[in-house]
Amino acid sequence: MLADFFEYDFLRHTFLTGLLIGIIAPLLGTFIVVRRLSLLADALSHVTLAGIAFGLFLDKKFAVGITPLYGGMAFSVLGSIFIEKLRGVYHAYQELAIPIILSGGVGLSLIFISLADGFNTELFNYLFGSVSAVSKQDFLSIAGIAIFIVIIITLFYKELVTLSFDEEHAKVSGIHAKRIHLLFIVLTALVIAASIRIVGVLLVSALMTLPVAASMRLARGFKQMMFLSIVFGELAVIIGLISGYYLSIPPGGTIVMVSIIILLLSIALKRITWKPGKVREA
Amino acid sequence: MDNFVVRMQDVSYAYEQKDVLTNINFSIPQGAFMGLIGPNGGGKTTLIKLLLGLINPDKGSIELLQQPRDKFKDWNKIGFVSQKANSFNKGFPATVYEVVSMGLTAKVGYLKFFNKTHKEKILSTIDQVGMLDYAYENIGNLSGGQQQRVFIARSLVNNPELLILDEPTVGVDYENVQRFYEMLHRLNTQYGITLLLVTHDTGTMTEHATEIACLNTTLHFHGKPEEYKSLTDIDLSKLYGHPVNLVTHDH
Repeated sequence: MLADFFEYDFLRHTFLTGLLIGIIAPLLGTFIVVRRLSLLADALSHVTLAGIAFGLFLDKKFAVGITPLYGGMAFSVLGSIFIEKLRGVYHAYQELAIPIILSGGVGLSLIFISLADGFNTELFNYLFGSVSAVSKQDFLSIAGIAIFIVIIITLFYKELVTLSFDEEHAKVSGIHAKRIHLLFIVLTALVIAASIRIVGVLLVSALMTLPVAASMRLARGFKQMMFLSIVFGELAVIIGLISGYYLSIPPGGTIVMVSIIILLLSIALKRITWKPGKVREA
Repeated sequence: MDNFVVRMQDVSYAYEQKDVLTNINFSIPQGAFMGLIGPNGGGKTTLIKLLLGLINPDKGSIELLQQPRDKFKDWNKIGFVSQKANSFNKGFPATVYEVVSMGLTAKVGYLKFFNKTHKEKILSTIDQVGMLDYAYENIGNLSGGQQQRVFIARSLVNNPELLILDEPTVGVDYENVQRFYEMLHRLNTQYGITLLLVTHDTGTMTEHATEIACLNTTLHFHGKPEEYKSLTDIDLSKLYGHPVNLVTHDH
């Protein structure tokens, strides 16, 4: 069943890229979920779409060869910095930044898509993901991004956890909350841009949050939750990519459905194993 | 000369033209168990914020561990357990061990990892607050009193000289409040940690604290618990600005 994935280069690149984003999306997703920023991923993915549409538009009208991956990444990172600024401006209503950026992203996308003479197959692939869209060049770029992200998260793991758990305490103890947060949000933007090839703009946030939602039910402690999220993310990507390929369905759809099945199973498992009255007073 | 952990001289602070604190002269000697009481809006939390450097006084000077606050660098020698600690995100899947390790994050520093000494310190601190049996439980599964102990351990892991607690017993039932005070007493006498405890719970506090201060914009009283107990209802009414019925706890 897997034979095709090893035989054809384009499938192999897709598969390997899938394995990489199966790691980095839930890795960042863990922090996104515990900080209640799940919608942030959605906003950034729509900004990424604008960057991709911009790349396609330049390519079509002026034959300027910007890889859509880099166009998307640039927009996503700029969008993430802009969200941070907006959160500062609307201090009491920080969630306002998300609809502003999300609608801005969709608006820009529409403009560039129209200027590039409308909808085409390539764009469809970006919306819902594709098993055949990953070039060797894309794979190498995404591998570089994945290594970078894993290194940065490892280096700043303790600060990120401390900040996510209790921002006030972190600030009082002398952690540079603003800088760490900016770093985190830029990493999120990179992960989204890298994941879009496989899962698509509309469903990328699902791969970041659903495996985390499932592992949250089962894990003891933050580290365990993070590893379990990655296991679930990998399962979803592998099963989703293979079934998507054989059923001719965009992998975004199958990956998300597998994630939802995993989530439902984890809820059911918790129901079975949960024992009431476990907590005692010291 | 006595060593003071905290010394405030002539400190005033106003917020939106309303005086919150006026001419506060206040000090905490080393090794004290200081109970700070006063009505809501009396400036207790503001005083803590001033101590922690979160806000600046309009006038007056503040010293921490004999250094001017503005030049103070040893923030990990001052532990703070906030009132908000018991309204944290209960779903956050961190174990007791992980929460206590967060106390060391800033001390260990950027780009460095926890080593064996840190790990042993984390476990011994968890033991110190009597939570070793729960070290690998998720904090969300613990009771309010147990969670509060964990937050104290998160501060203690830095070996603070001063531990500031803001209403730590809110939402903790009576029996466990007693045990909680016993633990504080042990930290104070066995480990020599100076404590500043802000609370409404004057009854239990007067049994354990070595000094009491009453704050309502100005400092109304500062002395030993025995002197505080001998205050009449009239004195207390002045402090609170309305008649008070002292709630006594009989054992």
